[in-house]
Amino acid sequence: MPKVEPWVILSFCSMIFFIGFVGLLIRRNILIVLMSIELMLNAVNLSFVTFSKQLAHPGGQMSVFFIITVAAAESAVGLGLLIAMFRTLRSVDTDDIRMLKE
Amino acid sequence: MDISPCFFYLFAGLAIAGSLFVILKKNPVSSAFSLILVFFSFAGIYALLDAHLVAAIQILVYAGAIMVLFIFVIMLLNSDVVSLDIARAGKIYRLLAVAAGALGLCVFVWAFRHNPPPKFTGNFTIDRIEAAGGNTRVISEMMFSEYILPFELTSVVLLVAIVGAVAIARRKPSQNESGGHNA
Repeated sequence: MPKVEPWVILSFCSMIFFIGFVGLLIRRNILIVLMSIELMLNAVNLSFVTFSKQLAHPGGQMSVFFIITVAAAESAVGLGLLIAMFRTLRSVDTDDIRMLKE
Repeated sequence: MDISPCFFYLFAGLAIAGSLFVILKKNPVSSAFSLILVFFSFAGIYALLDAHLVAAIQILVYAGAIMVLFIFVIMLLNSDVVSLDIARAGKIYRLLAVAAGALGLCVFVWAFRHNPPPKFTGNFTIDRIEAAGGNTRVISEMMFSEYILPFELTSVVLLVAIVGAVAIARRKPSQNESGGHNA
């Protein structure tokens, strides 16, 4: 049975990371932008777990817990900002945020 | 790495397809459900990599809590205006974004392919983790001994996030008496 090399898993992680990155750049809906950030965080988590397995040390899995905590806090604050923005602007579009320009 | 290639490529394909759906679907609800598929595929890959506790936490926290929060906000906003925001981004801008992503991906893949893995290896091989009581026990003992300070600091992060989210999303009592900063 052929083995899966570590660089294949890490390349898969970076593929998911850059899919999230492109989504962050091309979308204007804040909900999708937050989801792209979650994708990028997940890709980083998977690379931590891969290195943890490769190096036979559980410190990588430990980092994943802290990243998941920060991601939960980030999405809670981000969605709170989204609700505050929808209340004032009636829109979830990043192009509508131009109050500092006017 | 001694993981099953069949299951790895299955989960990897599901995750890539799901994440493409996340960034390309017009409707936010479709994106949210594709993101749930991605999270479950990631949990499968974690389980393949012998990180069982991380796989369980992934499903509990991401698919259980964060996605419920997302879907709850989508329902709350009730904006059934499907935004055609991709088309509005401009063709050159879109091409540049995809090119930047592809370039970064090539650099990362090249770096991972052509660099040898680090020489340092810890002593937590699968047999020793089994002998010490399993993945969850090893992780928990490490979390409450060596990583106790970051573990306690995460509670501060969560507290700040709770207070911040409530303070940001709370409805102002009245525009007149709510200070001058948002006049």
